[in-house]
Amino acid sequence: MPLNREFIGRAFPASAPYEVSRVKIKDFANAIGDNNPAYLDTAEAQKLGHPDVIAPPTFAIVISFQMGAQVVFDPALGLDYSRVVHGEQSFSYTRPIHAGDVLIGAPRIVDIRDAGRNEALTWEAVITTVDGEHVCTAVNTLISRGTAATA
Amino acid sequence: MSIRYDDVSVGDTIPSRDFSVQRINLVMYCGASGDFNVIHWNERIAKMVGLPDVIAHGMYTMAEAARVVTDWAGDPGAVEEYKVRFSKPVVVPDDDKGATLTVSGEVEEKLDGNRVVIVLTTTAGGENVLQGARATVRLK
Repeated sequence: MPLNREFIGRAFPASAPYEVSRVKIKDFANAIGDNNPAYLDTAEAQKLGHPDVIAPPTFAIVISFQMGAQVVFDPALGLDYSRVVHGEQSFSYTRPIHAGDVLIGAPRIVDIRDAGRNEALTWEAVITTVDGEHVCTAVNTLISRGTAATA
Repeated sequence: MSIRYDDVSVGDTIPSRDFSVQRINLVMYCGASGDFNVIHWNERIAKMVGLPDVIAHGMYTMAEAARVVTDWAGDPGAVEEYKVRFSKPVVVPDDDKGATLTVSGEVEEKLDGNRVVIVLTTTAGGENVLQGARATVRLK
């Protein structure tokens, strides 16, 4: 079943504020096997000029994934998540995410298009602090395998 | 130890590193990221939807490749832009070896504002699994 193209351009409501904790950053760093002290040790992060431990460059996916859940799992979109693989991902940071940040963002579906037998859905999340400071823009392209109308 | 912008030249290489990916890493990444897509932990369903086996999260591969850049730069907070295309899935068999990611980098461009562009090459089983992988890093 092809995806519902009426979703192109659709903006979703802002997510609940996401509070970045030292523990979550540590868990994420541990899961990717990266023991960089800037992720684990506040004093070391401060030596580099950061206010607290910072998050790895791909950590924004955690926040954008929570924001994106309402996109991906909206039944009206018609996306079967077991058919989804990740196509492309980009992050553009104004500054690193650090422990203590309280972040929000509203996802928007930029495009849905055929890609051979597959479909490609691109959505973006502009992640800011609750005070409106831009932190990161994450652009995510998901591939829905074998769902193109011509497949 | 941080590398300095003035000490960097276009064409400088970042030596290749290997990263092992086993099922346990994917399970941990599911938990840490919140992405519990069954294709990352359930072989039965992965095969049912036409994949050869369980595959790694693209984001796991992206995270490992980033380590080559962040360790080179010294400060992981120096990464301003990071972009990849996932060109091949990383298949992670349920054995003692799993898969191995091999990542290397090269300075592609020096920009103003002490920024440099690093292009990354990431292979698994001899195939490029990331294409157009680039990080823009602000150095001292």
